Amino acid sequence: MKKKLNTSEMVNRLLAGDRRSAARLITLVENEMDDHHEVMSLVYPHTGQAMILGITGAGGTGKSTLTDHLIGKFREQGKKVGVVVVDPSSPFSGGAFLGDRIRLQSHSQDDGVYIRSLASRGYLGGLSRATYDVIRIMEAMGNEVVIVETLGAGQDEVDVIHIAHTCLVVVTPGMGDDIQAMKAGIMEIADIIVLNKADLDGADRSLRHLQGALTVGSFEEGEWMPRVVPTVSAANKPEDLQGIDELTVTIAEHQAYLRKTRAIERVRYNRVEQELGLIFKDELQKIIFKGLKGTGKKREYIESIIEQRKDPYSVVEEVLNTYLLPGE
Amino acid sequence: MVMKKRIKVLVTKVGLDGHDRGAKVVSSLLKEAGMEVIYLGMFQRPESIVKAAIDEDVDVIGLSYLSGEHLIFTPKIVDEMKKNNFDDVLLIAGGTFPAEDIPTMEEMGIDKVFRAGSLTKSIVDYIKDHVEE
Repeated sequence: MKKKLNTSEMVNRLLAGDRRSAARLITLVENEMDDHHEVMSLVYPHTGQAMILGITGAGGTGKSTLTDHLIGKFREQGKKVGVVVVDPSSPFSGGAFLGDRIRLQSHSQDDGVYIRSLASRGYLGGLSRATYDVIRIMEAMGNEVVIVETLGAGQDEVDVIHIAHTCLVVVTPGMGDDIQAMKAGIMEIADIIVLNKADLDGADRSLRHLQGALTVGSFEEGEWMPRVVPTVSAANKPEDLQGIDELTVTIAEHQAYLRKTRAIERVRYNRVEQELGLIFKDELQKIIFKGLKGTGKKREYIESIIEQRKDPYSVVEEVLNTYLLPGE
Repeated sequence: MVMKKRIKVLVTKVGLDGHDRGAKVVSSLLKEAGMEVIYLGMFQRPESIVKAAIDEDVDVIGLSYLSGEHLIFTPKIVDEMKKNNFDDVLLIAGGTFPAEDIPTMEEMGIDKVFRAGSLTKSIVDYIKDHVEE
């Protein structure tokens, strides 16, 4: 059994950059342990200053190898980097096989890099519920860049847009034509589309399709036009890598755009709005189930719906009136 | 929504041992038993294993051995854990090595050794019994 430490003492150590405390606090937050809210209250005043970079895309496109290179680029700039990598939880056992770290080894001895793997734990949207808080903890730890890598995303796992300042969507050749690229969802959230494995057959065609799809969208003057950057993130020889510098420059350009146009303020607003909505949802659910606990009402309601005496909407209305707005 | 803390296990191989089938099999079994497995892969150094274990705040470190380096690397990993004040986690090892080495490995600081042929259930039960106490 691990030794228990005082919460505020751990937060103080976190603020001094201590990785052990960061690790323990993330566990505490991820498992929604008793001190969760207190930890976040203490952490919050020390957050908000980091650049948050989101990386999403289907499984196997090379998100983690790209992340590994980008960590290196930010380290060259002297910035401390936090990395959150999310992989899916099993819908059957609840367990997970978290394998992103295996691609993130170039910096395994660098104290300026803190990497944490999270299992999605049934949360939809490509992240885990704890991701929001984990990023805050990494910010408070003193990381100037926080990279958030989603689990392998399909078409609709777009939650990373709510937390990232700059959002990369990674695709590879052969993933479909311009019709796929024009679809709503994940392709729309990209500030930068990375066409990885650009040394594969069909890369030119994919590049044309992606660029073609982007130019049929509507953009206002001065607005950021998503760019496509071709890369080769894995190669036997370092000289065969491609596009990593261009990608780094494009990220910096997007950051400059955000600051110059003050679009960063909108991104920050949206992030907090999303966070607040999630917390409301969680807490209200807790209050309601707590209210129902031991009354036998929960089973009664569920059975009444199964037996079609009631429907879910009227049950929710009834419960809200009873437990949330009593006396009205 | 009350969530139970999930057991986190780091599974890895140390040194120049390129056989990862066993480590992958055990990782899958632990996943199926509801644990979160961080798979660090092969060719690790004691320093990189312990650093990853600290960052991930794991409950268990699982080492997979095959190529006869178990008596060389075990003390190095145990030392690195002590050096980092990270010796309050479970350290288990599995793989192929002579049965007569097991007492030595345990003396060196491995909490429990599972040789090839161990029952899945015995590994899962051992971890659950010793982490959730």
